[in-house]
Parts: sequence; C-alpha cells; structure tokens
Amino acid sequence: MRDDALSGGFTDAPVEAARAFRAALEAMARPGSLHEVAGAEAPAPLSTAAAVLLLTLCDGETPLYLAPGHDTQPVRDWIAFHVGAPLVGPGEAMFALGQWDALAPHDAYAIGTAEYPDRSVTLIVEMPELRAEGVRLTGPGIETEAHLALPETAAFQRNAARFPLGWDCYFTCADRLAALPRTTRTEAL
Amino acid sequence: MTAMQHDPAYNFAYLDEQTKRMIRRALLKALAIPGYQVPFASREMPMPYGWGTGGVQVTAACLTPEDRLKVIDQGADDTTNAVSIRKFFERTAGVATTEHTNEASVIQTRHRIPEAPLGAGQILVYQVPIPEPLRFLEPRETETRKMHALEEYGLMYVKLYEDIAHNGAISTAYAYPVKVEGRYVMDPSPIPKFDNPKLESGAIQLFGAGREQRIYAIPPYTQVVSLDFEDHPFEPSKADHDCDLCGCGTSYLDEVITDDAGGRMFVCSDTDFCAARQAEGHRGRLSGEDAA
Repeated sequence: MRDDALSGGFTDAPVEAARAFRAALEAMARPGSLHEVAGAEAPAPLSTAAAVLLLTLCDGETPLYLAPGHDTQPVRDWIAFHVGAPLVGPGEAMFALGQWDALAPHDAYAIGTAEYPDRSVTLIVEMPELRAEGVRLTGPGIETEAHLALPETAAFQRNAARFPLGWDCYFTCADRLAALPRTTRTEAL
Repeated sequence: MTAMQHDPAYNFAYLDEQTKRMIRRALLKALAIPGYQVPFASREMPMPYGWGTGGVQVTAACLTPEDRLKVIDQGADDTTNAVSIRKFFERTAGVATTEHTNEASVIQTRHRIPEAPLGAGQILVYQVPIPEPLRFLEPRETETRKMHALEEYGLMYVKLYEDIAHNGAISTAYAYPVKVEGRYVMDPSPIPKFDNPKLESGAIQLFGAGREQRIYAIPPYTQVVSLDFEDHPFEPSKADHDCDLCGCGTSYLDEVITDDAGGRMFVCSDTDFCAARQAEGHRGRLSGEDAA
C-alpha cells in the first residue's frame, strides 16, 4: 500500500500481465478457485489483487466505476497514471470496484442485452477475507461442487436466474482472487 | 525449466499490450457465457486468414513464459501450419514447446482434439474458420444474432432432419453442431464428429475466429450435447479399421493413398498418440515395412 501515484505498477508489464491474466482466466473458468497474483501496489484501500486486475484488464477503453470508499483522490490519481480508465457512474461502467455493500444497488449495472450479453459489467469486489468454504457453488467449470465465502447469496441467485444476461464478479483480498461468473449456481448451507 | 528469451524486437507474444487486454476481456466474457460468440477487434497477423489467426491471437493473449506449447494441425505436430505457428511463438514469446499432449500447458489445434484426455492446467485453443453454426442456413448476421438471442434453433434441426430424409442418417461428419449448457448452439470448429464427446473436458477450451472476429469458450466440466433426434441419436464415427502403424482400434484415422494401384493405409490422425503407442511396442498391419 502506498500513496505515491507514480509507482506501484508492473515493472515488466507484458510478462506480469500475462501471469496475472492466467490467474484471472483460471479463476473465471473454475469458479470458487483461489489464485495468487503479484506485481502491483496501489494506494489504500486497493488490494494488490484488485490493482493487478485493473492493470491487466482495464485501459482507456474501459469505463470504470469506483464505489464509495474506493473513490478517493489517491486511488483516482493512481488509476489515472497507470490505467487511464475513464471514471463513470455505475450504469455506464464496464468494470466496477469496491466493497460489496458499497457497490449496491447491484441492479444498477449493465447486464448486457439479449443480442449482446457480453456487454455487461465485471464487478471487482474487495473482500475482508477470501475463504474456500461456505456457500456451495455448482455449474460450468466445477466438477462436483466448490465453496466460497460470499457476502450474500440472494443477489447471486437473482443474477444467475437471468442467464445469459447478468454481471460477473471477481473477489479480491490482499494478493488473492477468485471469480464467480453469472453461470454459477449458489446455495447457502 | 529455464525460460528461453524471446526475440527482443517483438513485444512478449507478439501482440501489443492494449490488444492483449481487449482479447483477454473477450475471453473472460466468453467463459462467463459458454458457447456465446463474443465479438472482438481481431488484428492483422503475420500470416494469412485461414491459417489460424484467431487461434494465434487467443494463444498470444494466454501465454506466459512458463508455458509449454503444443501446436497440431489435423492431429499432426509436423505439418506446415503447426510447425510455423510453433516457431512463431518460440521466437516471439520464447516459450518451450513439446509434441507430447500430456506435457503441454497450452495446445493450439486446427480441426482435432488430441486422443489423450486433457485436464486441469491445460488450455486447448481452437482455430475456427466460420464460428456461426447457423451461417450456412442464414447468411445475415443480424438474423443469426436474433436467432441466438431468442434461442430459435429450429432451422438447425430442420437441416439435420433433411439430412435424414435424403440420406437416411445425419450426414454431417465434421463441425457437428452442439448445444452448450442447454443454451447456445455452437460450432465446435471443423473437428470430426468423432471428437465431439471430448468437448466435455477438464481443460479450458477457447475458440478464436480471426477473420470473423469472434471468440467463444467452453469452461471445464460444462455440458456439451451434440444435436440429434430420439430416433436418430448422435453417433461419433470413424473409419472402420485399425491403425496400420500402432494397431489402435479406437483412435481417429487418416486414410493415406500409398500407390497408383489402389493401395492405401489407415493411420492415427494424432501423431503423438500413435508414436507413443509404437514406442510402447504396439504394432499395426504395416509396421516394419516402408509405408511411405
């Protein structure tokens, strides 16, 4: 964590972004699996994993929404220098970053259209902790079942019910991330 | 394993970083919506369309220096297309390469799925010529897009039914359409229908169509059903022979003409699979002879 906007990016962007993307790809392909990433340090409250995702996936072509709590001047400065993503409201965002409650209301985001379901937001949800236990996950990418501690299940069940529309989530905590695409069925135990 | 160096005249894995980010975003949405074709801004690559530019862009976006890459063309590691793509990534990404399916972490393929089962830690990248399964039935993109949106796949069933009416059986032998996770009808690229059951896999499967500018994906353990009828169930088929080099009776075979007098032989299409079996001591009808 640092308050210096000019440092904390990738030192060898092509290779570090490639490794980070493979973690992000494996996470999205195997919902609930935990992956470690490295290479970025952004101002608090951004986690390393969230900063790595921003550096790997976002640029000047991806409108970004910062939820309250993450919408601070040091974070804005760091994103302006390293990522260059235009900051927008939740409705226009391709990516949204914040804690789960701060990202509410969760139906304010783009969920794609019937003809273009890919035109939907990817939420990057900062978590106080990331554990592979709790809510039962089933669906594509999961052989039998997986488990992930989620902030709630109702919103994810509603999101899955409108497949192929919906948003997709990354969960980040310190240097670890997991993902939950719209196809995953969630069940509180 | 010590990583080789890539040619410093190129960015790692050839593509620039902004292009890779664009492809990576498309890949993630493709995994989130299995079987749906995500449009992407396909680039010109230093090879002609039809030589796997879509697959090459997907591979370039996925490769890390730690990867071990295998490239096959119709199952073979030693054909022109496979050799040139393998050399391309050896030079621009400095990655290690292999011909052994079980050693590879990324496999780019043209029109085959390897015989050996794939699993965790492996990515299969397909080169796709025409990603739209409905294209030959309805040429307008605006219409096929609506048909996918409305899940209106009646036309595809009519096509398969007409096959049965004309020929007594579904005559589609390759690029046999599948339905992914009960929602999107998808073209599995021109793999033989023999390979369709292997689309349900433990590996990540990514599809890139460069000229048509589409990316789609099948996550591991995703339901993939070949379209059929109750009274005409889907049947994966192959030439009714054993491999003449390794004797395998269950692998997909290529027919090779050996002379001008009608002589021919059948050999495994998957060269690594066949070579591994021969190394284990399996022999076929023409083993030991000069079959070439």
